[in-house]
Amino acid sequence: MSRLAPVFKELKRAGRSALVTYITAGDPDGSVSVPLMHALTKAGADVLELGVPFSDPTADGPVIQQACERALAAGTTLGKVLAMVKEFRRADSHTPLVLMGYLNPMEAFGIEAFAGAAADAGVDGVITVDMPPEEAEPLAGLLKAQGVDPVFLLAPTTSGARLDRICEIASGFVYYVALKGVTGAASLDVQDVQQRLQVIRRATHLPVGVGFGVRDAQSAAKLAQFADAVVVGSAIVKRIGEHQSAPRELLTQVSGFVHGLRQAMDAARA
Amino acid sequence: MSQPLEKLGAFTESLRHLPDTDGHFGPYGGRFVAETLMGPVEELRAAYARCCHDMDFQRQLRRDLRDFVGRPSPLYFAECLSTQLKGARIYLKREDLNHTGAHKINNALGQALLAKRMGKTRLIAETGAGQHGVATATVAARFGFECVVYMGSEDIQRQAVNVYRMRLLGATVIPVTSGSRTLKDALNEAMRDWVAHVDDTFYVIGTVAGPHPYPMMVRDFHACIGEEARGQILAAEGRLPDSLIACVGGGSNAIGLFHAFLDDDVKLYGVEAGGAGLHTGKHAASLTAGRPGVLHGNRTYLLEDEAGQIRETHSVSAGLDYPGVGPEHAWLKEIGRVNYDTVTDEEALQAFHRLTRTEGIMPALESSHALAYAIKLAPAMPHHHLIIVNLSGRGDKDIQTVASREGITL
Ligand SMILES: Cc1ncc(COP(=O)(O)O)c(C=O)c1O
Repeated sequence: MSRLAPVFKELKRAGRSALVTYITAGDPDGSVSVPLMHALTKAGADVLELGVPFSDPTADGPVIQQACERALAAGTTLGKVLAMVKEFRRADSHTPLVLMGYLNPMEAFGIEAFAGAAADAGVDGVITVDMPPEEAEPLAGLLKAQGVDPVFLLAPTTSGARLDRICEIASGFVYYVALKGVTGAASLDVQDVQQRLQVIRRATHLPVGVGFGVRDAQSAAKLAQFADAVVVGSAIVKRIGEHQSAPRELLTQVSGFVHGLRQAMDAARA
Repeated sequence: MSQPLEKLGAFTESLRHLPDTDGHFGPYGGRFVAETLMGPVEELRAAYARCCHDMDFQRQLRRDLRDFVGRPSPLYFAECLSTQLKGARIYLKREDLNHTGAHKINNALGQALLAKRMGKTRLIAETGAGQHGVATATVAARFGFECVVYMGSEDIQRQAVNVYRMRLLGATVIPVTSGSRTLKDALNEAMRDWVAHVDDTFYVIGTVAGPHPYPMMVRDFHACIGEEARGQILAAEGRLPDSLIACVGGGSNAIGLFHAFLDDDVKLYGVEAGGAGLHTGKHAASLTAGRPGVLHGNRTYLLEDEAGQIRETHSVSAGLDYPGVGPEHAWLKEIGRVNYDTVTDEEALQAFHRLTRTEGIMPALESSHALAYAIKLAPAMPHHHLIIVNLSGRGDKDIQTVASREGITL
């Protein structure tokens, strides 16, 4: 069964907002990813989001596009990403892990096989960026049947009727995309996000995460005051890109940054 | 020519009523975009649906197609070519005579009028060969829109003249340096721009791809090609043609010609870019050599590797150099209504020269693929066999490419 619901419950009881960190699997190469995942949890990540690289990431800004290019150049495939998850699980059976990717590589793997292999590897949720609820079957159903949560995005452009529909089929948590734009774009408007979250909470009891445009500890801290989870991606991936040729320095820099996020978020709730 | 055409009798229902309300052509099409774009895509669908029934809109579209684009485009009997080939009678639908030199303007004009109705102030577009970019820049100039065109940095080098044309028209051309730096990457970048500027921006997609309603809407704006051709061939020959031939990149000129004939006893041939030959892997034949997948907002045939990553493509014609194809074509292939086949770079180049010399018409390299297929097909057909080839564009933009293939520097 998915670890998402119990971990979110635990965090809620403790009065904390979850820190969700995104990295692209296999960036800069396959040997770094699993140590990096452990470093992220050690630095304070509550949930790991692992990007499945795709050749045409239309919802991503330049930082994650380049991460995808690096990961693909290093030969990363969905099969290898699942192998990384399996390896990670040998030393960590607690931290929820969510895959985020585009539909085509999942279909190329075979969606039935993918749902089974994801569950088997220890994946808790799957965000398929370019699969809105209108097109979510059969993948969403297959994932659910395996105990994996299909996680859906909500956006500033999501109408009221769509909101209800998405919340109906979503599980694990819902992910509010805080700005009109791609990952890593300009900063979000915290007040606006807070108002939108109130509307979303009326539509669902699921935890609500906020992401896209969370660049630093300050904005993470502000969001942590009212969001169940704060997702940080491009700001981490940017540091991975900067230190791609020095794995040890990469781990230190990313850990330091994530630790800073954690502290700021906890302080904001204290 | 793999499908038995007798199959035609098997279609009992009209093939002209798709897609369904969610944009599906059988299992193909749909809306595979991130949630942020679902709102804008729905807004577009609703606005387009209103315009379909809006007499004012339709009247203005018809007027501009006539006075600005120059429609109807002629249906020209290629007598010299037909005589040489000693077979079928070949007609050319002269989309090359449209303003800006290709069929692309039909669609750019329609979308620009729609954008105006929707109160948008900024047009964005992707372009490969530059023809759609030029068409969009042209309507932007005509209607006073700000215009941004995304173009792969590779293509910017290949199509320098069209880049300058766009700039002359007041458009900003932004080089795309991600991925393979060609048309598919330009499309990715345009989608990213759209998602960030949905309030004031209209994305003018250049072919029958993208999320619903684009494949339907772009088809509708090009359907005039086939509607005119139908009337013109009836006037010239007193009957419907036997075969239609069009090149297929994304598939807009092909569906534009085919659509009015889908329910008729007419053979349809879609010609993809065979590049250096299918066996070399250097081609852009998504229907012939690809498999179904999801890219750029719809489910369709794609050229991809085993892991589902989109492959780089090759064609001598930048306008056919695309790893996907419109979803309606995927469906027409699946039901066997259209025959999809390929023509190599070399065959297309030969056809380019042949038409230039025999008819005094210099075809676009894209259109040369359709011509090359006609040249192969015609000799095997009886003299009363009527073929219409869609001459989707003129070849001026390709002179540089042709010259350099022959080792000539201009
Ligand atoms: C003259 C011409 N024909 C054909 C095409 C291919 O596009 P489609 O298959 O959408 O007609 C292009 C694209 O740039 C073109 O410029």
